Amino acid sequence: MTATLVPLVVLLPLLGAATTLILGRYRRAQIAVAVGVLAAVTVIAAVLLVMVDTTGPAVVYVGGWDAPWGITLVVDRLSAIMLLISAIMLVVVLVYSVGQGIADQHRETPVSIFHPSYLILSAGVFNAFIAGDLFNLYVGFEILLAASYVLLTLGGTGERIRAGVTYIITSLVSSLFFLSAIALIYGATGTANIAQLSVRLAELPDDVQLILHLLLLMAFGIKAAMFPLSFWLPDSYPTAPAPVTAVFAGLLTKVGVYAIIRTETSIFSDSDLSGLLLVIGGLTMLIGILGALTQADIKRLLSFTLVSHIGYMIFGIGLASLLGLTATIYYVVHHITVQTALFLTTGLIERFGGATSINRLAGLLKASPILAVLFFIPALNLGGIPPFSGFLGKVGLFVAGAQGTAADAPSGPDWLIWVVIAAGAATSLITLYALTRFWNMAFWRRRDELEGYESVLLGSVLEAPEGATVTATRTTPVLMIVATATLVIVTVCLTVFAGPLFDLAGRAAEGLSDPSIYVSVVFPGGVR
Amino acid sequence: MTASLTLVVLMAVLFGAGISVMLERSLTRVLIGFLLVGNAVNILIYLMSGAPGLAPILSPGVDEAEISDALPQAFVLTAIVINLGITAFMLALIYRSWWLARLGPKGDLVDDEAELAEDAEEAADLIRSSAADDAAIQSIIEASDEEFDEELEREASARDDEHDDEGARR
Repeated sequence: MTATLVPLVVLLPLLGAATTLILGRYRRAQIAVAVGVLAAVTVIAAVLLVMVDTTGPAVVYVGGWDAPWGITLVVDRLSAIMLLISAIMLVVVLVYSVGQGIADQHRETPVSIFHPSYLILSAGVFNAFIAGDLFNLYVGFEILLAASYVLLTLGGTGERIRAGVTYIITSLVSSLFFLSAIALIYGATGTANIAQLSVRLAELPDDVQLILHLLLLMAFGIKAAMFPLSFWLPDSYPTAPAPVTAVFAGLLTKVGVYAIIRTETSIFSDSDLSGLLLVIGGLTMLIGILGALTQADIKRLLSFTLVSHIGYMIFGIGLASLLGLTATIYYVVHHITVQTALFLTTGLIERFGGATSINRLAGLLKASPILAVLFFIPALNLGGIPPFSGFLGKVGLFVAGAQGTAADAPSGPDWLIWVVIAAGAATSLITLYALTRFWNMAFWRRRDELEGYESVLLGSVLEAPEGATVTATRTTPVLMIVATATLVIVTVCLTVFAGPLFDLAGRAAEGLSDPSIYVSVVFPGGVR
Repeated sequence: MTASLTLVVLMAVLFGAGISVMLERSLTRVLIGFLLVGNAVNILIYLMSGAPGLAPILSPGVDEAEISDALPQAFVLTAIVINLGITAFMLALIYRSWWLARLGPKGDLVDDEAELAEDAEEAADLIRSSAADDAAIQSIIEASDEEFDEELEREASARDDEHDDEGARR
């Protein structure tokens, strides 16, 4: 039963992509198929999570080929959690984009190719989460990257092509690194199966392990945007349409983080890079957030906070303790929802205020109290204000850090962990400062305080002097607000149900901390 | 593990050439570099399969130990297909950015969704002609400025030698 469900999470979006491509001329049918497919995947992911949590990991040998040779799909608790949260997020963003697409028939978002690309992106993401061997993980990455190239350069305007080129070339280089790493790992061990690798890599000499480990980490580091491989992100994300930016920010970097978690726990269980990861985690946090401080544009500001908060997850992975992994998994879930919610709200701000820069925004609180609430809750959440999940995740990480120094100390020196914890606390405060600065300027400031304020209508009249298209201000469709509100409610739910979620993340981390569990699931008869 | 020296040298040359071409600014060269490095990686994967042997088909009378490792070949095939797709996209991207570079900021107005290539050409012609119009108007303005300047000069010179001028008029 469980096994039959596993391939569906990839198959359904791919079939849906084909269908929506055929239905290119019928927009309503396209929307129905796309939303239906992703909703179905969400249900499947929820069922998978429950079943995997109660009966243990599900394994599928595609085409009946046994583990070391064929393609193996493995869903353990971590995979199931990632599947569920990303499916929920993808549905919500799709609904948001449908709302946006209905509202304005804008030629910058040609819908006929948006839905197929979006579904292929989903298939790639899901495939990466359930991949049981490195090469399938690579294929998953390539599927999602190819779709993301299309989505990022949607409409092909000069600005997007420029931003896209940076992103595409960086991703190509990272893919080449990944593929080379797979080739070398295959050469060293004769397998690409993750379960078999975790056994065979441990038998290699330490220096060979280190080289392979670093090569793989570099490939995933570019994708996860960890310092110093994060330079490309703030330049390429902000120009895309709001829903696309939201998906990329929420999900794509987390696929990289997921791959790093797998690398550190399942694949290289014996090779320890904790010290390096701690240093990188701390630097990613601090340097990312210092970039955010100087940004006037909310999209760029959020891109920098995105980079910075990847640092928390790297820190948690670097701790390599059970509690560290638990907090990291919780933080990944929190960050996917909260970052997506913020980018969706930014899309609403852009519609409502006509700009995304604090130099041109004012008086939004009075103009739209709903929008203010939708921005305020995730902003406080990201900044780590106590009742919210951002605070809980960070406290979890810091407690794990403090404990890591005591019993099962990683290879890094004790003081290093405390330095990174301090950096994390500082980052949290600076995030709060950057976001409240935006809040003060855009929402609290009265409109007459903004010198040279121009209404949105005036701007659109100036852009289209013929005046044929400009009849009224762009309306904000209810669907967009509903979608954003749903995601904000999900972030609040992460806080309310933090207890059970932490327990679940704890069980997922337990499965990861002992790689022999993973191995015994894939190879019930033992590894040859 | 035995490996063919020729392949190792070929891989090294492809890697070196590819990376150096990839560092150029032009997008077309980046694509060429990507293709070279991509093929270098494919050769690397192939090299990792160990000594070459018989075709990996298990039929009666074939010793399992003598056939070559089929898995890396499957990897290479997949990687080639992926590279093909990426290359197609890159070519479209290069074409688009060439279009944009040629038409300047107005390149955004050319619609990729134009049903026929002729429509796109027409749109491009329209933009080019409007750009030409702009240039023509600009040159007229500049020319009139020059005439204006010349008039000013003439007036100035007229004021200087008023008598001569009056004499000339008479």
